Amino acid sequence: MAATYEPIATTTLLSTALGYTFSSIPNTYTDLVLIVQGSTVVSAGDSITLQFNDDTTSNYSTTGLYGTGSSAASYRESNTFTQTGRISTTQSTSIINIMNYTNGSTYKTVLARGNAPDSLVITQVSLWRKTEAITKIKIANQNNVVFSIGTTFTLYGIKAA
Amino acid sequence: MATTYTLIASNTVGSGGASSIDFSSIPNTYTDLKLVYSLRGTGATTSMSALVSFNGATTNRTWKVLYGQGSSAASTSGSDTYFSEPPAASATSNTFGNGELYIPNYAGSSYKSANSDSVGENNATTAYQELFAILWSSTAAINQLTISLASGNLAQYSTAYLYGIKNS
Repeated sequence: MAATYEPIATTTLLSTALGYTFSSIPNTYTDLVLIVQGSTVVSAGDSITLQFNDDTTSNYSTTGLYGTGSSAASYRESNTFTQTGRISTTQSTSIINIMNYTNGSTYKTVLARGNAPDSLVITQVSLWRKTEAITKIKIANQNNVVFSIGTTFTLYGIKAA
Repeated sequence: MATTYTLIASNTVGSGGASSIDFSSIPNTYTDLKLVYSLRGTGATTSMSALVSFNGATTNRTWKVLYGQGSSAASTSGSDTYFSEPPAASATSNTFGNGELYIPNYAGSSYKSANSDSVGENNATTAYQELFAILWSSTAAINQLTISLASGNLAQYSTAYLYGIKNS
């Protein structure tokens, strides 16, 4: 049976770092799943950001829905970086789905769930307004603080057939 | 190529219901765990809090939830083992609450964070959709996972499937 859900690459930080980059992502899958688990050294809570194919322009936007533990709210950001998931100084988990990442005719949609128990529970949808296939993902966070030792970044590929 | 996504065990509640669903002796050979569940309670209410403990522990747990119940959205937090709000005996018949609980690095030596996304649509005025952020402040590897309800039993046909996911 052909494998449908395959690990592409994974890394665990052995020293603190501002993020991690997956390069040379193969174009043989349909969707990508990125799992980020860990924490940051400082900052009570922060959005994880993704940059695709070294695009540093304003081709990104995000709409989010979140709960703080006492209130719920929604927000959006236009013409800025993606906000996908959540991380804080307490162990946090984000599950980020990058849909149809090799399609040469469509903009790219990202669906994310962020879980930082001492910060926010959040779900977001982001859009990268480029039709090129994604071959590189640079992962960082909104406030540019370092990720803690032991933080893991894992990329999976999902095949539709 | 080695299989990435493997069913570890499955449980279906039989006639008469069950007080809990238990996955024990979970091997430490995977990277992440994913629990896919479909639950209903036998208690005389429209919904019931579902609880999940790791290694039998009920302490050192915190959670935040973002939820909607059909007329409003809100967020709360707590420190018990709550992770879902499935329908119970007073809800529309034959309806179950479904969801997924994802636990990355369950066998690692860091604290265990997880998310649970659940829904309980039942064609009534109140039905819960919930997004949980969960933290178990323990460095122990998870080798047992137990589902129960705050009150009453799990109804017949409740199911839970535990999958292991490998990152290489």
